[in-house]
This record gives sequence, structure tokens and C-alpha cells, in this order.
Amino acid sequence: MTATAPTITPQSPDPHASLRRKPRLGERLTELALRTVALTSIAAIVLILAFIAREALPVFAGGTVGESGTSFDLLASERLADGTEQFLWRPVSQPPTYNIVPLVVGSLKVTLVALFIAAPLGIAAAIYVSELAGKKQRELIKPTIELLAGVPSVVIGFFALIVLTTWVQQVFGTEHRLNALTAGIGLALAVCPVIFTISEDALQAVPHTYRTAALALGSDRVQMIVRVVVPAALPGILASLVLGFGRAIGETMIVLLASGNAAIVSGSVGVSTRTITATIAQELGEVVVGSDHYHVLFALGTVLFASTFVLNFAGERVIHGLRKKLGTA
Amino acid sequence: MRSQALELRRAPRARAPGLLLLWATGAATGIILLVLAVLLLDIIAGGAGVISWEFIFANPRRGMTEGGIFPAIFGTVALTLLMTVAAVPAGVATAVFLTEYAPADSKLARAIRVCIANLAGVPSIVFGLFGLGFFVSTVGRGIDRALYGGEIVYGTPSLVWASLTLAILTLPVVVVATEEALRAVPREIRDASMALGATKLQTVIKVVLPEAMGGVLTGTILAISRGAGEVAPIMFTGVAYFLPYLPRHFNDQFMSLSYHVYVLATQSPNVDKTKPVLYGTVLTLLTLTFLLNLLAVVLRARTRAKVRASE
Repeated sequence: MTATAPTITPQSPDPHASLRRKPRLGERLTELALRTVALTSIAAIVLILAFIAREALPVFAGGTVGESGTSFDLLASERLADGTEQFLWRPVSQPPTYNIVPLVVGSLKVTLVALFIAAPLGIAAAIYVSELAGKKQRELIKPTIELLAGVPSVVIGFFALIVLTTWVQQVFGTEHRLNALTAGIGLALAVCPVIFTISEDALQAVPHTYRTAALALGSDRVQMIVRVVVPAALPGILASLVLGFGRAIGETMIVLLASGNAAIVSGSVGVSTRTITATIAQELGEVVVGSDHYHVLFALGTVLFASTFVLNFAGERVIHGLRKKLGTA
Repeated sequence: MRSQALELRRAPRARAPGLLLLWATGAATGIILLVLAVLLLDIIAGGAGVISWEFIFANPRRGMTEGGIFPAIFGTVALTLLMTVAAVPAGVATAVFLTEYAPADSKLARAIRVCIANLAGVPSIVFGLFGLGFFVSTVGRGIDRALYGGEIVYGTPSLVWASLTLAILTLPVVVVATEEALRAVPREIRDASMALGATKLQTVIKVVLPEAMGGVLTGTILAISRGAGEVAPIMFTGVAYFLPYLPRHFNDQFMSLSYHVYVLATQSPNVDKTKPVLYGTVLTLLTLTFLLNLLAVVLRARTRAKVRASE
């Protein structure tokens, strides 16, 4: 790592660096200290992965049998007496089964409901604020929507549980009082500002020259927005959906409070639903450290970490690529 | 850029499709703002009548259906204070390293940036798992074995572990805000300082950092606001359902406003009786986070205005 030397590298911003003496000891120690502290973030990511994966290892080591004769196969289904297959998450029954299918289905269901609501709203609002609103409106609306991002998720969960539940049940006549739809609407409140902010940034990153060129070629404002600005910003808008998806699937408190938490495999959004995150939150407090159940919960955490990591990485890459392409990096 | 944008608004107006686009996107914006307003009004309507000096400064009574929430407020303040002590120096140091020391094409700097971006996206419940697996079970137990002969002192969920878990969660917030402010400091100022004979370190400490103080403060405030609202990371690392005493040591458990909301909303034996206290707690938490966010917005706007003025 020659790049670490503080003095003479070809890229050094200081052209006269070579004229000065070698930095004093204190200077070099400080830089070393800063570099060490800066490694915290790398260490954090590595440690998070290492420690969650370590506790999950017995599960991923294969379909081994745990202490009480349990299968660690997270996808094993059960054949019932009438011949139908069932996927069951029953961690406290005897013998326990840890099938994660109901939880994955639950997480995806709630997340899709949230995106279905938040994506059109967030993107449309981004187009409005970035392209159509006047300056005063823009300076008022943008921070207000971003204020929504500052509402703690437990507060949104509370709102979904106490207020939305009643409305949703009255309007849609859902089967269960707490269900995937209510949780999804609550989740949409949390995801909407994410999609809005990233989409709006992407639209703003479209260079002014694109717009003037479109107008010069005779298009009107709508044609300019629909045919030039939005397509140019499209990768960023798509990335906002990916990042919104990652945010939604990792969200805990809203779904824990509003989804009902019954591990049922069902395509309906009106029934009680249990997500991966809510399962960890609800069960980790009661498990014996080192038990099968404990290891399985960490395995769920590993799955969650891996999926959000991939989603975030992909989203960030796309945004970075877009900014480079548009020359606004 | 601003004035250019304004000129564009005088571009030829489309008729029907233009109005449609304007209405559709405007309506979407309106819906978001409306929902936010309903959320706020509902919480204010339900909670305003509950807030009083007694509510803020008294202990919960009668199974938390009466009395105040002082232990939860105290716990949240202690938690975020300890978190700040850990997260802000680390975050500022990281940002200083990235902007002032690392060469532009440094692979290390890029790796750090990628990790910070990803750290910001790690689900909060995963931080809870990590805090339990790493801080409580590994570091805490390790301290107990080394210093206390295996007696459990630190190897149990407590204030210090919850704070450190939150510190890692909020680290990206501090880094991003500080970096933005550091980058806004004009290069000429650094050059002038160096030209006067200051060393790099002196330049950073006496010239660059004071200029970027607004950004550091913004990051700190946003981190506190974020940390105060989190529940999932502290659930298994130290927060308690109810405590008759306030935390006095690093290894004590604590109550927090955010967790108190969750507890009141889900574990109450009598939902209707708990509701006023629940609304009051939500309003307190929301007021706290909103005031902090507002402060950060104002600070950031001022910093940006300063940058624009100096350009």
C-alpha cells in the first residue's frame, strides 16, 4: 500500500510536498490512529457477518440432527395424514420444526404490499418535486417528506396497530384483525421517503444540458420530462426500488406490531402473517442460548443480512454507475 | 443552477398531458403529506392531554397504566449519550481519514465507503443479533472471565452493550454528514494554512474541522434522533420491560422511550387503560426525534448556504 504514505504520491494534491521535511512522529502517529479508527466500519461489517454466521453454523453445516432429535433442514416439509404437504414453523412444539417457508413468504408478502403502495407514490412525488413544483413548494415539500423518514419505526408500527387496523378492516373486511395488508401499509410509510429521496436525487442528477437539448429540439415540458429526464434517471429510480425493498424486508417493529405474527402460508394479504424479522424479535428473548432454536434464529439473521447486503450493494452500484454516466459523481 | 431551473419553467406548456402529469404526481405528493398529517394529528390529539410535568418526571404506576415515564426518558438520554461518545469520535475520525488523508484512488478508502454504505442498510434486528452474539456473549463474557473469575458482571445485556450496538448502527450517519461538511471546506483554506507553515495535523484540527463543525453537529444530532427511536437493536442487548430503579452503572439494564412504546402497545393487560400513557409516550418520543431532525435540517441548510456563498 504505497498509497498510505502521506507525502509524495503522484496523486498528492500538494505539488510542493517534496519540498517539506518528512512529517513529524506525532503527525504520522495521528494518521495511523485515524486509519485504524477508519477501519471500524470494515471491522463492523466483517464482525457482524462472522458472529451471526458463527452462531448459525450448526444449522448451515447440513441437515444434522440437533439435541432433541430435530431436523435442522430449514426447508423440510411435513406430510400430513391426508397426504397434503405442509410447511410449518413450530419452534416450541415437540418435536419442533423449523421450516422457514412461511416466514419467507410472509416477509415477501408484506414487502410487496409495501412496495406496491410506496413505489408509485414515492416516484410520482419525486417527479413532482423535482420537475414540476415551484421553488417555494419544493423547499417546503422535500424536507417534509424527509421528516417522515425520521419517524421511528416503532411509532409507525404503533400507528398501524392502533389506527390503521380499524380502518383497513372496515374498508377491506379482512379475515384477521392484524394482517399483511395493514403491516404493508404501515411499511409503505417507512419505505416511501426512501424511494422518494433516492428517485428525486436521481432526477436532479440529470444534467441541465439534457433538458435544454430536449427543449431545443422542440419538445414541450411534459415530453422533456417523460421522454428525456425520467429515462435518463431510470437506473436511479430502479435502484430506489431495490433499496426500498431492502429497507422493507429488514424492517422489524412495524411488522412485529401490525402483522399478527401467525406463520401461515397463504397468498391472501388479509390473513395474519409472520415475517423473518418479527420472528427473530419475538423469539430471541425467550430462547436458551446455544439451543437449536437459538441457532436457527441466527440462521434467519444470516439469511436476512445476506439478502439485504446483496440488495444494497446492487442498489449502490447502480446509483454510482448512473452518477458517473451523467457526469455528476 | 437554481436560476437555470427557473428558466425552464417558462418552457412551452403542454395542454392535456401536461395537466394530467401535474395532477397525478401532485396528487401522489398530496397523499404522502396527508398521511403524515393524519399520523401527526392523531398522535398529538391522543397525547397532548397526557403530557404534564408529572408525566415527564414521575415513575410508572399501577402496571404502567398511570403515572409517568421518567425512567424511560432517563434511559433514552443515557443510552444515546453513551452511544454518541462512541459513535461521534469514530465517525469523525473516519470522515477525516477519508477526505483529508486517503488518496483519491485509495482502495482502502473505497472499501471503507462501501462498508459504510452497506452498514447503513443492515436491518436493525441484525444489529440486535450481533449485539447479543458479539458484545454480550463474547466481549462481556470475556471481560467476566478475565477480570471477575467468571462471575457474570458484564456478560449480560446492559446499558453499555446497547449503546455500543447503537453506536455501530449510527456510525454511517455521522460519517456521511461529516464527510459532506469536510468536502465543502474550500481547498484554498487548507493551502493557505499549509503555506503559513502549519503541519497537516494542525491544518486539520485548527482550520478544517472548525469549518466543518456544522456537519459534525448535524451528524451527531441525526445519530441521536435515529438511535433514540430504535427498538430492535436494544431489545436483546440491555433494555428492560420495567425497572423500579434508574440505571447507575454501565452494566445496569435500562428502560427506553422507544421500547416503552412497544411494551405498552403489546403487553398491556388492559389496552384501554394503557392508551393515554401509550399516546403520551409516543408523543414524547416523536417530539424528541422531530425536534432533533428539525435542528439538523436548519443546521444543514445553513451549512449549505455558507458553501454556496463561498463558491
